[in-house]
Amino acid sequence: MTRTHSPRTHSPRTHTPRPHSPRGGKLMHLAAHFPGADNTTVWTDPAAGSQIDFSSFEHLARTAERGLFDYFFLAEGLRLREHKGRIHDLDVVGRPEPITVLNALAAVTDRLGLAATVDATFNEPYELARRLASLDHLSGGRAAWNVVTTSDAFTGENFRRGGFLDRADRCTRAAEFVATARELWDTWAPAGPDGPPVAPRPFAHHGQHFDIAGEFGVERSPQGHPVVIQAGDTPEGREFAASTADVVFTGWRPGGHPPGEHSTRHGTLEADRALYADVKSRLATYGRAPDELKIMPGVTVVLGDTAAEAQERAAEIRRLQVSPQNALLAVEQVWGVDLSGHDPDGPLPAIDPDPHAGPVQGRAGFGDPLAVAEQWRALSRAKGLSLHQTVIETTARQSFIGTPDAVAAGLAEFVAADAADGFVLVPHLTPGGLDEFVERVVPLLQERGVFRTEYAGTTLRSHLGLPEPVRKG
Amino acid sequence: MTPPAPGHGPLHLAAAVDLPGAFDAAPYTELARLAESGALDFVTLGDSFARHGPDALAVLARVAPDTGRVGLVPTVTTTHTEPFHVQAAVATLDWVSHGRAGWAVDVSATEADARLFGRRRVASREALWREAGEVADVARRLWDSWEDGAEIRDAATGRFVDRDKLHHVDFAGNTFSVRGPSLVPRPPQGHPVVVVDATDGHTRETAARHADVALVRAASPARADSVRAELHRRATELGRNRGKLRVFAALLVDLGGGEHAAQPGHGGGPLPTADGPLYRGGPVDLAELIATWHGAGAVDGFHLTPVEPRRDLERLVNGTVALLQHRGLFRTFYPGTTLRDHLGLARPANRYAALAGGPS
Repeated sequence: MTRTHSPRTHSPRTHTPRPHSPRGGKLMHLAAHFPGADNTTVWTDPAAGSQIDFSSFEHLARTAERGLFDYFFLAEGLRLREHKGRIHDLDVVGRPEPITVLNALAAVTDRLGLAATVDATFNEPYELARRLASLDHLSGGRAAWNVVTTSDAFTGENFRRGGFLDRADRCTRAAEFVATARELWDTWAPAGPDGPPVAPRPFAHHGQHFDIAGEFGVERSPQGHPVVIQAGDTPEGREFAASTADVVFTGWRPGGHPPGEHSTRHGTLEADRALYADVKSRLATYGRAPDELKIMPGVTVVLGDTAAEAQERAAEIRRLQVSPQNALLAVEQVWGVDLSGHDPDGPLPAIDPDPHAGPVQGRAGFGDPLAVAEQWRALSRAKGLSLHQTVIETTARQSFIGTPDAVAAGLAEFVAADAADGFVLVPHLTPGGLDEFVERVVPLLQERGVFRTEYAGTTLRSHLGLPEPVRKG
Repeated sequence: MTPPAPGHGPLHLAAAVDLPGAFDAAPYTELARLAESGALDFVTLGDSFARHGPDALAVLARVAPDTGRVGLVPTVTTTHTEPFHVQAAVATLDWVSHGRAGWAVDVSATEADARLFGRRRVASREALWREAGEVADVARRLWDSWEDGAEIRDAATGRFVDRDKLHHVDFAGNTFSVRGPSLVPRPPQGHPVVVVDATDGHTRETAARHADVALVRAASPARADSVRAELHRRATELGRNRGKLRVFAALLVDLGGGEHAAQPGHGGGPLPTADGPLYRGGPVDLAELIATWHGAGAVDGFHLTPVEPRRDLERLVNGTVALLQHRGLFRTFYPGTTLRDHLGLARPANRYAALAGGPS
């Protein structure tokens, strides 16, 4: 691993950090996502390293900590994707179990928050609350949980619970799951400065989805409650986030990139402002202040020494993200027909999609096939694009492209305009995908006074400026 | 290859690093490093859902980057957990420790445990251990569900993996089924080391089938030897090479009693207690006991649980282990890097690769 010095290494550390910058603007929050098991991660680049070796996780986490990021974010996988009964083989696949990796990363980082994506459908509250509280203890208060739910019986084939929960049941189970975890975390009073903590009070939860009782075995952890993140921005998701989450991770769906979905990038500032205002407005209903929920869209960044060079690099990355085989597969998924033998450099299929073909398993679908096909064809005609080029154009998503200065300005603008409280960076390369951002953009954000120059506290809650959770009961 | 004759293999040593009520990483790291300074095969950390303490696998994952060679063996229970999650966590511990993971299999047999989950009634220990055997079985299948070399990164065809080297396991147990494959590529050791306490009769079938290391809480070498003989017999019946099953005597040790002062009245041997056989005496006499039992061919090694963790592990490593090393009875450094290396156990062949007749 190359050791580099960013200007902040030499920056004075005498002033007191504050939640707002000297110029009165908001300070932004930054998180890093480990490059995922989907086609946004470029694996054909000579610099692409292992997706599974601990050294890759360590490299990215240390880079994020060098850049004073709030947290490092790991996704989860519960079933390998399949297409037509065969395991999907075109994208990065295979990953470790997130909480275990984060516990190990706690040994090689000091301040960085450690966020695990863990499904609330195929887990049980007692076990997961215990694992998250353990991570919080072992990391000195840096644990976070990104709550997701799984809907399909396909994934259920790997689990005791098996089966299937419909959308409504999934949401109520997830809400009850989080509430139950909080009840468990609240059973221990915080340890006093002297002496051991008192015994926990027993808990008893009798709800629609969980009927459990006993004593929680883990003392109150440094953060009281690990930080709760909610991913996605459906109306139900927004409401759930407003009611109970600390962070909402918007605008990014790892594994699925429906055409037409807005992403955070130049030109969608207004859409993001509307989303931001909507989510923040829901907080009052739950007696919460706007600052108690941070909105952090997932974004990608491509840098260049000039704007033109950045655009060239961005185009090259898009080309690598969507291989000709991936482009054919995307079209197969929309059209619902076998296109093996079809030329990816030729036009889109002349026939209409089969609206009754099932979606690919283990992956978000593309929506109404006829509408998507019409949209893709229109684009192809208007710009004279081949099948491959059309898929690149419609599915690859890049948010901030430009010189370091332009990207810093763009990020700052989003936060200043109340379109975001910060960003989750999704690099396209393992493990070096964050290096350049940390070396070139973070110092500029600091110069602008919109990003911290040191960690003020030791816990993830302190980085995010979140209040101590009130102990209930 | 013929298995080594009982008692003539190298001596193996393991120690428990349980610390009641400790939630910070530092004291666990300190104990694991101490064990590593004595070149012990592995450390264990016990666990149950009702216990007061952090998740054991989490603790040892936190310890992994701060240690370099010692094996890391947390208890992970199989009764209220998801087999698919359990195998993924153990495989991941193997990845983050570069091949030093083990898994001490246990069940949750109490009403208190069952109420924490509210999902299943309490079953008999026999039934729970049958299920534990199935969980160990499916875990090994899932660890094999990615063949070595499944990741091909073939830019010409756009394929990241060779799907012919990824396998559904289609396991149907009595209480669960798993389709597979795992999400975690095959761990560095192929199979992390499976440890089973085989003291109780109903655990023995699972130990004979699935354990790489079986622990026997025995107050005498004769007792340990008889359980080992039974395990070897059953393993052989099941088609296993008995040379691939290590049997350790498991003792509590209280080394607070001075250099030589063995507990009066039991001649330096362990005393049966409610928690298992307890050796109370000095580090020198413990070295003598270990040398005697191992030399007589009763066991392949010892798993020692300090009564006073910091004091007793320090005395064990700097007294007992140092003496055994001085006598040439125990390694002074780690010749290998993985826990399987320490135990003299080969990386297992992949069952699916063998079926396909393809390269491993």
